[in-house]
Amino acid sequence: MTTGLFGEPVRRREDARLVTGRGRYLDDLGAGALAAAFVRSPHAHARILDVDVSAALDVDGLVAVYTWEDLPGRLAEPLPLLIPHPALTHGRTAYPLAREIVRHVGEPVVMVVARDRYLAEDACALIRVDYEILKPVVGVEQAAEGVNLVHDDVPGNLGAHLVQEVPSPSGVSARQAVDTAPHRLEFRLDIERSASMPLEGRGVYARWDADDQSLRVHSSTQTSTSVRMAIAAKLGLPPTKVEVIAPDVGGGFGVKIVHPWPEEVLVPWAARLLNREIKWAEDRREHFVSSAHERGQVQHVRAGFDDDGRLLGLEVTILHDHGAYTPYGIIVPIITSTQLLGPYKVGAYRVEFSSIYTNTVQVTPYRGAGRPQGVFCMERTMDKIAAYLGKDRTEVRAANFIQPGEFPYDQGLTFQDGRPLIYDSGDYPESLRMLKELIGWDDFPAAKAAAAAEGRRLGIGVGCYVEGTGVGPYEGGHVQITSDGRVHVSTGLTSQGQGHETVFAQIAATELGVPLEKVSVVTGDTRRFGYAVGTFASRAAVMSGNAIALACRKVREKALRIASEALEADPRDLEITDGVVHVAGAPSASIPLATVAVLANPLRYAFDEESRRATQFAGTADPDRPPMDEGEEPGLEGRDFYSPVRSTFASGMHAAIVETDPDTAEIRILRYAVVHDCGRLINPMIVEGQIHGGVAQGVGGALYEKMVYDEHGQLLNASFMDFLMPYATEIPRIETAHLETPSPLNPLGIKGAGEAGVIPVSAVVAAAIEDAEGLTVDRMPISPSDLWELRRGG
Amino acid sequence: MKPPPFAYHGPATLGEALGVLAEVGPDGKVLAGGQSLIPLLNMRLAAPAHLVDINRVAGLAAVEAGPDGVRVGALARHAAVERSAAAAAAQPLLRQALRLVAHPVIRNRGTVVGSLVHADPAAEMPAVLALLGGSVRLASLRGEREVGAAEFFTGPMESAVRPGELAVSSFFPALPERSGTAFHEVARRHGDYAVGGVAAAVTLDDDFRIAAAKVACVSVGPVPAVVDVTAVCGPRPAASADWDAVAAAVRDGVDPEGDIHATAGYRRHLTGVLAVRALRDAARVASRDGEAA
Repeated sequence: MTTGLFGEPVRRREDARLVTGRGRYLDDLGAGALAAAFVRSPHAHARILDVDVSAALDVDGLVAVYTWEDLPGRLAEPLPLLIPHPALTHGRTAYPLAREIVRHVGEPVVMVVARDRYLAEDACALIRVDYEILKPVVGVEQAAEGVNLVHDDVPGNLGAHLVQEVPSPSGVSARQAVDTAPHRLEFRLDIERSASMPLEGRGVYARWDADDQSLRVHSSTQTSTSVRMAIAAKLGLPPTKVEVIAPDVGGGFGVKIVHPWPEEVLVPWAARLLNREIKWAEDRREHFVSSAHERGQVQHVRAGFDDDGRLLGLEVTILHDHGAYTPYGIIVPIITSTQLLGPYKVGAYRVEFSSIYTNTVQVTPYRGAGRPQGVFCMERTMDKIAAYLGKDRTEVRAANFIQPGEFPYDQGLTFQDGRPLIYDSGDYPESLRMLKELIGWDDFPAAKAAAAAEGRRLGIGVGCYVEGTGVGPYEGGHVQITSDGRVHVSTGLTSQGQGHETVFAQIAATELGVPLEKVSVVTGDTRRFGYAVGTFASRAAVMSGNAIALACRKVREKALRIASEALEADPRDLEITDGVVHVAGAPSASIPLATVAVLANPLRYAFDEESRRATQFAGTADPDRPPMDEGEEPGLEGRDFYSPVRSTFASGMHAAIVETDPDTAEIRILRYAVVHDCGRLINPMIVEGQIHGGVAQGVGGALYEKMVYDEHGQLLNASFMDFLMPYATEIPRIETAHLETPSPLNPLGIKGAGEAGVIPVSAVVAAAIEDAEGLTVDRMPISPSDLWELRRGG
Repeated sequence: MKPPPFAYHGPATLGEALGVLAEVGPDGKVLAGGQSLIPLLNMRLAAPAHLVDINRVAGLAAVEAGPDGVRVGALARHAAVERSAAAAAAQPLLRQALRLVAHPVIRNRGTVVGSLVHADPAAEMPAVLALLGGSVRLASLRGEREVGAAEFFTGPMESAVRPGELAVSSFFPALPERSGTAFHEVARRHGDYAVGGVAAAVTLDDDFRIAAAKVACVSVGPVPAVVDVTAVCGPRPAASADWDAVAAAVRDGVDPEGDIHATAGYRRHLTGVLAVRALRDAARVASRDGEAA
């Protein structure tokens, strides 16, 4: 029987390669290439007065030095604003190299190309840039006052302002619903900045073929197809003369979906200009100050509710710190605003956000993409309502849940894909029941009391979320069965370690009835598949998974059609098992898919025994018909695309038990439980791995990670010594349970799982610390020092 | 993150090493384990013109334990000292502290003497040397001198090593009978530099009363902060000591600064908590030591 099918916990096929050092990452390529390095602004806000490169010219091995003045044509224009939105009235993007003004520490000013990276950095150190320091704008609340401006022509530093309002079913506004509710609460929440921080930074390696007038670019990107379009447009090349390949990528988590990064257009441009191979591999210090951050928001909340804790009205005002530029539009605050609602029915809802420029690194999506902030807001609200009413925190949540019979459920808002926010399926009461059982919610008060008797402080917290996954517009898949019986699958979106080689192969093996080991998968290579959007928004499995399944169905249909002629049987009576087509119930009447592949390609020339069977004198073809029927194509291959009407909504609930030290204020997570529903599971082991990684990043956001800017806009902790990503030693064992509510929106019934784990962790940990300490936690992350200061009333 | 240009020297003998160091003077930097120096070079925070790699110099890796204490050679890796049973028997605080130094892979490469010379006030080994009143032996072409811990640490990342000198070994004295030691610290993550950390040594008298009690605290000042709490603790058995007063004395004896990881107030508070934990542990060990004797 064929194994490795859809739903089985197949071991990741890429791991042997990746964990034994045989991965090919960007910096493993181009050993002989010239190296690029950048002089970056040391100031948060300054005017460039002069760039003096003369001292650098003495560096042996220096090849070229470029500033903005050297950039031709469209390369001299600002980088694209990738996702325009009517509310983004003052969208601003950076130039590839700074023109006149720098707006954050780390902005590239001069590009240096040299024989190797050592020499390139030596040259950078010798280049003198004179700056006139301008007033830096730091801190979102200060920035919103608009006293000093990041962009001269953006008053109030206000890039975007968006209000979404859904009145109650009876037409009452959120304001009125809150004002007239039996109970009201108002509070402020504060979430610090963090960042995707993949272990492999960004990187670009470009080769110009002068004879062919074509570019081959490798980039550590989450979207090779779109980088290709951007390079073609910026350099004035036809897309057919640009190939972009994402090699093995050591993590993305959002930062690599932004494109083109300055280096992604500058390195190919210089490679062509110099007719030399050039590589740039970002170092960690660069990554901290010149890639992207996320999360930072200040929220003001007004909630009105009844005696049962049902939310009658909710008003949220968000100040979103967008950093210096908005290349990725306002996706993050839109997601915060909409996904904030979670699994709940809110009587009337009004959300307003202001996207504010500051002289800091730009903000673009990081795993979770605005959801952790939204969930923090809603779950803190639920906990505060429970505390106010003296009710169990899970009871208040249950009172607000959308019920299983209410799907599809329209939340009345517009989601990040411009489509209505309609949940397709889910079972929130069952999810909460499972979670309470898994963590032992009802037994916890006894455990807490017993611990207290020993002088220990324990606390429990819970948090729920709904995550729109698998956004459009589309992805495609191509499937080819070759005459050796192997199945070659390709899709345009990219991989950063998620396990695509495994799960896409599982889908193809299941659809085609072939052994898993016969299937190989290629992603993110424009030479193999030119049309794609990219890997983000927990969309790869939903989008490419379904596209590959549809492509497989086309191939299967063709295979059965060809086999039916060869076997003289009705295609409806045929099955494929272990790579062999046979008549149902008559296993002897069979033909291997390998042979079908041979027959699918009528040949004039034979080059081996197999192909001999498809040549014109082999006597297998009907001499009265053309070798290839009308409308048919040679080869046993197929291509199809999947384009959903809207996102599919996964959900989950987490609970944690923490212990706080009464003396040192250390915070330890003793248990962490997850109930997760991403529809049908392709590979439960990989889904659990995704959850584990997400929770780990969530723990980072809850207890460790923040970007500490001083008042001058200097990032004080731009290294792994001071920016604290949790190690394995800081991550608790994660207990998981799966609930499978299939999505009715796609053929495979699946929902995305990539980001889920990270989303509610800050909310859950804050709740658990509150429960242990009996004080209010409205600001995350929280360190032992922070907790100690809170205890003292700080 | 590539280092600026430097001249590399790989002397094979101590004489050669001292010769090169004398020649390059203040432009030279010694490379031993490289666990602090290499990142500093790569981030271009240090730009020595000459790097003197002593890893090929014979005879510098010894760990010699005797009744008086433990002498650790300049090339003895943290891991070698940590695993030395003789060193742990002669001065148990070495192993207790080394287990808190970074992670195993860093301890496999980093050296104890290198950590002392680096003189990071957040590091464990300077505190150990300071608590025990140990010393560092410095060699140059002019001869050798032994510098006591109190004079060795002169400021944050500053030691008494002069241009042309090489720290060839350090000495960690043993404690008298009926003594115990402990090292307690709180780090943000496993293996990080401590937010607060305290090494403690306690000696009991014949009646198991505290005869001497001392702590050395990390991350609370420019150099390891040694606080003698003998007067506050003793002469009383540990069980009846006024530990709140001890904590207060330690908090009074340190002068921490706030940074991005912790406020000054928290560090001061934490140091008091950890001092009591470490002293009580050390006293427990000392009383076992006394019973065994």
